[in-house]
Amino acid sequence: MASQNCFRIVIPTLIMALMLTMWPLPDWLEYARPEWVVLVMIYWALAMPEQVGVTVAWVVGLFLDVSHGAIIGQHALGLVVVTYVISTQYQRIRVFSLAQQALVVLLLLLVKRLLVLWVDGMVGTAPDIGWYFLPALTGAIVWPWLFIVLRDLRRRFTVSRNF
Amino acid sequence: MQPLFLQGPSVTLRAILLVVFSIVIMVADHRWHALETVRGAIESYVVYPVRYTINLPSRFVDWGNESLSSHETLLDDNRKLREQQLRAQVSLQKLSVLEKENDRLRKMLSAQPKVGEMVLVAEILAIDLDPYKQQIVLNKGSNKGVYIGQPIIDAWGVMGQVVHLGMFSSTALLISDPSHAIPVQVNRSGLRGTAFGSGNSQLLELPYIPHNADIEVGDVINASGLGGRFPPNYPVGRIISIDRPAGESFATVLAEPVAHLTRSREVLLVWHKKQVKDVPAPATSEKNPKQAKP
Repeated sequence: MASQNCFRIVIPTLIMALMLTMWPLPDWLEYARPEWVVLVMIYWALAMPEQVGVTVAWVVGLFLDVSHGAIIGQHALGLVVVTYVISTQYQRIRVFSLAQQALVVLLLLLVKRLLVLWVDGMVGTAPDIGWYFLPALTGAIVWPWLFIVLRDLRRRFTVSRNF
Repeated sequence: MQPLFLQGPSVTLRAILLVVFSIVIMVADHRWHALETVRGAIESYVVYPVRYTINLPSRFVDWGNESLSSHETLLDDNRKLREQQLRAQVSLQKLSVLEKENDRLRKMLSAQPKVGEMVLVAEILAIDLDPYKQQIVLNKGSNKGVYIGQPIIDAWGVMGQVVHLGMFSSTALLISDPSHAIPVQVNRSGLRGTAFGSGNSQLLELPYIPHNADIEVGDVINASGLGGRFPPNYPVGRIISIDRPAGESFATVLAEPVAHLTRSREVLLVWHKKQVKDVPAPATSEKNPKQAKP
């Protein structure tokens, strides 16, 4: 029951995240755009680890690859690694305060960007490092608010008993 | 109550399998371009609808602007465009004479005649796929006969080429992307070279130009057509700086693209050479046959 129900809210939020990822922004803001899709994936992996796991993350990662015009599998790899950490550690991360969670999220976003950067470097098109990790920081900053919004959404749709 | 560690090993196993699989498909995609159909399917059925939805507000504003612009403005625009068209017509007349002459001369030399080119206007759907990449998304895809490797130009010069294809949209790599290179020729001296993207949309690099090469600041570089991907003679850029450091084997030559890479709203997809035959029934309203430049 729960697993049928849950995607009623997971899929729309992921689509919203994809829209925010592609939303046109001024050039200077572009470099600070948080990785919405990764953040939303982290939330759902944390809230419903039984339903939203590495497989869902991988598929979503493929969509992200195409929307970024990246090599197929690049973001998928990063998302799988991030979601794997959450799926194995969710019991620990759930009891953290929001600030502590934001730190974990910062770390995961850094790992994800590093993985993407590695692949870019291997195929020879690595960008300037300058502001490359800025989105990880902005992602960690928006995490508490995103967490609260998604938690309220999840409660309204009552898709999971625990957490 | 669920057992705590029910899915411990299976998650790890799945994660490892997916990581390995990701690496395999990355190699397949990058090395052999084996996943273009998968990319096309995802682009057409997942990404394009989202992109289309995002573009709706701006389309609506455009439509509003057009419908609400005053009668006078429209008349004014109309007059200006008419004037412009007249001017273009005049220069085209001269061009057609030159073209005929060129054809005749080529026949006398029994050289290969130039092949006509076809163009299709496409609108830019998105420009910021990734701030670290110079790619744009166009609103024409395989349903209009667009193909991978197709050159795109704007009113001023060469912009780039199509690299990924969806059904209703296509992704193009701009000439300023660091992974892009285009064979060029200096218009004045005929010197050949290759223009590499720099990651900066205002800058192209021409490496491997010897110190004593006949090249000057202000020279216009055209697509040379070597390699067969870009149609020859379309302008690519203008040389803005030449540095000849002593002790180095090659000069450092920089050029700026003449195409308005960051300002164009509409671009032209060009069919040239053999591909012209493969184009499915052209949309007559948008496609106008155009002869190659002499």
